[in-house]
Amino acid sequence: MNTEKNIKTLIVKKPLKLDCGKTIKDFPIAYETYGSLNSKKDNAILVFHALTGDQYVTGINPATNKEGWWSYAVGPDKAIDTNKYFVICSNVIGGCMGSYGPSHKDPDQKIFGTNFPVITINDMVNAQYNLLDHFGIDKLFSITGGSMGGMQVLQFISNFPDKSKTVIPIATTSSHSAQNIAFNELGRQAITADSNWKDGNYTSNETNPGKGLAVARMAAHITYLSKKGLQEKFGRKLQEREDLKFGFDADFQIESYLRYQGSVFVDRFDANSYLYITRAMDYFDLAKQFNGNLSEAFKNTNAKFFIISFTSDWLYPTQENKDIVIALNSIGADVGFVEIESDKGHDSFLLDVPDFLSALKNFLDKSYEEN
Amino acid sequence: MKNEFQVIADLIEKDKKVLDVGCADGTLMKFLKDNKNINIRGLEISKERVQECIAKGLTVIEGNAEKDLKQFPDKSFDYVILSQTLQAFLNPELVLDELLRVGKKAIVTIPNFGYWKVRFHLLFKGTMPITKTLPDEWYNTPNLHMCTIKDFFHFVKSKDIKIFKSLALNNLNKSTINESNLGVKNLFADLGIFLIEK
Repeated sequence: MNTEKNIKTLIVKKPLKLDCGKTIKDFPIAYETYGSLNSKKDNAILVFHALTGDQYVTGINPATNKEGWWSYAVGPDKAIDTNKYFVICSNVIGGCMGSYGPSHKDPDQKIFGTNFPVITINDMVNAQYNLLDHFGIDKLFSITGGSMGGMQVLQFISNFPDKSKTVIPIATTSSHSAQNIAFNELGRQAITADSNWKDGNYTSNETNPGKGLAVARMAAHITYLSKKGLQEKFGRKLQEREDLKFGFDADFQIESYLRYQGSVFVDRFDANSYLYITRAMDYFDLAKQFNGNLSEAFKNTNAKFFIISFTSDWLYPTQENKDIVIALNSIGADVGFVEIESDKGHDSFLLDVPDFLSALKNFLDKSYEEN
Repeated sequence: MKNEFQVIADLIEKDKKVLDVGCADGTLMKFLKDNKNINIRGLEISKERVQECIAKGLTVIEGNAEKDLKQFPDKSFDYVILSQTLQAFLNPELVLDELLRVGKKAIVTIPNFGYWKVRFHLLFKGTMPITKTLPDEWYNTPNLHMCTIKDFFHFVKSKDIKIFKSLALNNLNKSTINESNLGVKNLFADLGIFLIEK
C-alpha cells in the first residue's frame, strides 16, 4: 500500500480548519514534481488527481511499478510538456499515498481509521495551497485535472482567484449528482459490508477489507467506460474457454477483466481512504457554497478557463461541464469549451485520445506564449 | 483574408469586446485580436473548426447559436458578428433577436439571393443557383432560409431594428446601400453587410 521510502513530503505546520469543524496541523502532504521551475517562477502547473490517483502523474509510479496515471498527457513533449512546464501534483488529504489520511496515526499513536476527520474538496485544495508557498510560487501558470481533479480545479480558483493564469477543468462537475452519489454509496456499502472492515479498525494487510474494496472498484470501473467501448472490447467473448461452464467462474472476458481490476486495486489502495475520498466528492456542491449561484464562485477571477468534456462520458456528462461554461459566460469570464469525440467514456481523459491531447497542448502552449 | 472580413474589421473600433458567432476556423477572430486588440470570443458548432481555433490560441466555445446564445447576458459584447450563417438556422428571426440582445451592436452578413448571377442561373439553367457565395447543391446545402438583400433590409426595418450601415459587396467593390439604390444593389451585390442595433 504505502511505500514510505522516496516519498517527497511537505509537513504543513500551519493549522488548517476543516469544513467538518476540526482543525489539523503539522500534517504531511506527499507530492511529486516533473520538469523544472524557471527563474521567473511563471511556468508551474498544479495537477489535481482523481479519486484513485496519486502524486505520481507520469513516469514509473514507485508504489505500483506501473506508468503514472496521466502518462499520456504529461511528460517531455507531451500535451503538458515537462520540458517547458514545472508540474506539481500532490496526494489529496484523506488519501493513502503519503498525505495525511485514515491510515496515519493519531497523536496517541493509534491508527485513525474512521476517526480521521471527514474531509471535503475544499479541505483538499486548502491543504494543497501550501505547496505554492513551499516552492515560492506567487502565481501558477495553470491548474488542471479530470473528474475529482476537475472539482479541485474549480474549488481552487474559487478559493484563490488570482493564483492561476489558466484553469482547465476536465470531465467534471460543479455538483455531484444523485447518480454520482449513488455509485459512490454502492462502493462504500461494498467496503463496509466486508467483515474485515471492522468499522474501519482493520490493521494488517492480510485482514483488510480487500473483497469489499475490490467490488467497489469493479462497480466504479464500469462507470468509467462506455457501453460501446465495453461492447467493442469484450462483447460476449469467453475467457480462455470454448463454451459456457454453467457455473459462477468468470466465463466472460468482461468478468475476468473486472475481477482483475478489482484485485490490482486492492494492492495499492486503502479501503478507508476510498470511503473518505468518495464522501468528499459527494459533498461537493460549489454552487451551494454561493447560495445556489455558481457564477458567484468565479466572480473574482480573471483567469482564462478551458473546459473539456467527452461525448461518451455518462458519469460527468457534457451538460454538467457546460453548466460550468454557462456560469462563467454569464459573468463575462474568458472561457473556452470543447466536447471531444471519444468512445472511451469518462476514462477518456486518462487515455490516448489525440483530439483531447492536442486541444490541451494547444491551449496551454498558446496561452503560455501570450504570457 | 477575404474581403468580407476586411470590411467587417473596418466596422469595429479597437479594444472592443466581440463575439463571433459561427467563427469557423477563427480567421476573422485572429485578425481582430492581432490587429485591433479586440477581446474576442467565438461560438462554433463544428468540432474540427473548434480545434483549429484552439490551435490559433483563440477562445472558442463549441456550441449551437440557436441554443447557446442564451447563456450570454444582455449587451455583454460591444459587437456580435454573424457571417453568412443567418440563412442556415431553423429560426433566423430568433437568432437575430438573440444577436441583438447579447450585442450592443450586431454585424450580419448575408449571401444575396437577388444577385444577378443567381437570378440568371435559375432563369436560364432552370436549376438551383450555384455561385461563389452559394457553393452547395440543393440537396446538401446548409441554407434553409435564403433571402435577398432587399428581403433582409425590409425585414430589419419591420422589426424596428436600427441600421447604422448597410454595405453591398461585389468581389472587391464595396458600396453603401440606401432606400433609393436598394433595387440596384440587390441585383449587383453578391453579399450584404449590415451593422444593426436594437
